[in-house]
Amino acid sequence: MITVQNLTKRYGESIVLDIENLEIPKGQSFGLVGNNGAGKTTFFSLMLDLIQPTTGQINNNGVQVDASEAWKPFTSAFIDETFLIGYLTPEEYFYFIGEIRGQNKADVDNLLAGFADFFHGEILGQKKYLRDLSKGNQKKAGIVASFIGNPEVIILDEPFANLDPTTQIRLKGIIKELAASREVTVLVSSHDLIHVTEVCERIVVLSKGELVKDIQTSNETLNELEVFFGG
Amino acid sequence: MLKHFLTLEWKSFFRSASFKANLAIKIFMIFGALYFMAVFLGLGIGAFYIIERQGWGDPLQVVNRFMIYYLVGDLYIRYMLQKMPITNIKPLLYLPINKSKVVAYSLGKTVVSFFNWSHAFFYVPFSIVLLIEGYSPIGVIGWHLGIMALFYCNNFINVLVNNKDSVFYSLLGVVLILVICQYYELFNITVYTSPFFNVLYELPWVALLTWGLLISLASSAFFYFKRHMYLDAGLAGKKSLAKTEDYAWLNRFGNLGTFLKNDIKLIRRNKRSKTSVIMSFFFIFYGLLFFTGGIEAYDGPIWKIFAGIFISGGFLFSFGQFVPSWDSSYYPLMMSQNIRYREYLSSKWYLIIIATVLSTILASFYIYFGWDAYLAVIVGAIYNVGVNSYLVLWGGAYIKTPIDLTSNKKAFGDKQAFNTKTLLLTLPKLILPMGVYALGHYLISPTAGYIFVAMAGIIGFGFRNKVFAMIESIYKKEKYKTLAAYKQKS
Repeated sequence: MITVQNLTKRYGESIVLDIENLEIPKGQSFGLVGNNGAGKTTFFSLMLDLIQPTTGQINNNGVQVDASEAWKPFTSAFIDETFLIGYLTPEEYFYFIGEIRGQNKADVDNLLAGFADFFHGEILGQKKYLRDLSKGNQKKAGIVASFIGNPEVIILDEPFANLDPTTQIRLKGIIKELAASREVTVLVSSHDLIHVTEVCERIVVLSKGELVKDIQTSNETLNELEVFFGG
Repeated sequence: MLKHFLTLEWKSFFRSASFKANLAIKIFMIFGALYFMAVFLGLGIGAFYIIERQGWGDPLQVVNRFMIYYLVGDLYIRYMLQKMPITNIKPLLYLPINKSKVVAYSLGKTVVSFFNWSHAFFYVPFSIVLLIEGYSPIGVIGWHLGIMALFYCNNFINVLVNNKDSVFYSLLGVVLILVICQYYELFNITVYTSPFFNVLYELPWVALLTWGLLISLASSAFFYFKRHMYLDAGLAGKKSLAKTEDYAWLNRFGNLGTFLKNDIKLIRRNKRSKTSVIMSFFFIFYGLLFFTGGIEAYDGPIWKIFAGIFISGGFLFSFGQFVPSWDSSYYPLMMSQNIRYREYLSSKWYLIIIATVLSTILASFYIYFGWDAYLAVIVGAIYNVGVNSYLVLWGGAYIKTPIDLTSNKKAFGDKQAFNTKTLLLTLPKLILPMGVYALGHYLISPTAGYIFVAMAGIIGFGFRNKVFAMIESIYKKEKYKTLAAYKQKS
């Protein structure tokens, strides 16, 4: 369960995020949509305590994220390439994350085996450092790394961007599977309305930092969103 | 067209993040630049008279004798530091501009670089002095133009061999062997090379040959880049073959081992960190300036401690100073993972300690200058382990300069690394141990001075847990500022 109260983030005069109240129950697949500058990445950065809120707070499973670090063991994320260690090979990177999250090599290998399809033979055993992989392949590695160590909350910022169509479809499958288990809360942001309506049971629309729509996904949702963003 | 290029250049210079340093630092930098210009100018004017007075022979011939090393040294420095011109022409590739123009412009840019014109501060005054002292004007002009062409040749050689490490390091090895041979008078390369430089003076038209060489090098560089101006050829970054490495023997250290593994990979696989390690190796020889009595100003007894701290602390200063900036490119990852600062810092601390001990062992050749010299190194090492290792980690929390691991730019100092807090922290790093030593040395005896400094180190070592807790809290407090600073890539 994630609760957000009176959360604002302000840079000088401009308010980039202002969420009065938001609750995300455990196991929900939660989609965040909005145009550039709507505050999606700001919200995720606040959730990960990478920036400080101006007012208000976020509680992740009862842990106030800017006061305690106890949320870290059960939360994982892939925001952008700053979550990758460029000079490691993908394997080394996965093991590194694994070790930090209390997983041994066999655990990580086990998990990776399940993603052989997703990797499409382009990640493992490539004799390349992460910094030399293409943007799309870097993203694949980062997304899979966020699944290591059985996290209860997974935050993915724009996971579909830069991925090829096959991988996008596979990623949708993976996220749906995670959501179906009802154990993992998945937070996804996207510019792609079709993808996000397909994988998320709830969609929140941000506009200029404010929460303007909160929709339980149904057949009409895509249409509703298209009207909103088209108008 | 040139106008467009020049405005782009102008903007990229004045809008770069590092240029927006504060005024005090800018003034400091200007004074630094003026100082070096003055030194070179003085050297240019003074070299002639110094050589003459010392009776080493004809000044021009002496300069010519060492010219080969000067040229090779210049090439070495260029290879390490000079930025290749090709890096920022990508956005120009698809625009309606002639390829030849783009290449000519980027090569032309290297011609006006600091690495070329800085030598003029030596050569121009030196040549003028030669003229005043009655050397043949035509000869001097020939020599001057010839040497100038050779430095520009270096410029294009560097452009051509850039990133060809194997060529470069084997060349470096050959030069090192030649230097050693010359030192022990086995074989003297300068005997064979100096006549060439002398010929430039005696037969000025030979300078034309060097200009011919320059033109052919420049045009081959030009055609090389024109032919290879594709993203997957000349413009491609060097990709090394990666090997997954395990370092399983470090697993026994638990979480600390995880970080150590990562840090070892960090150092081994990135250009910038490798340079730091190489630099710290050269620090070991820094003491030669002190213990050989080569420089009079360093003869006072307390300077021995100064030397001792630098000899064993090369890695501490060149690497430790930039913790946590080494991890700047993935700091958000580190901050959102279940990482305890204690373990993260401990790993860096152990690296510093290991390097300090290694440097101390490597520095054992100072025994040659007497046990007293090596004792200073050991005492310096104890102080480095016990006090300075904390101080660099502490200071690192305030530096906040993102490091581009893949480039060597700024490896030799960074404007942003100078701020009042880090400057204040250098006081206890260097001045305090010298003061402590002076206290013991002048009040009791030199041995007491050593004991005092070593004691300070041992006491510092004892407070390890307390100090780490304090540094941890500072890192935590600075976390958001550090994250924001790393986001602004220069």
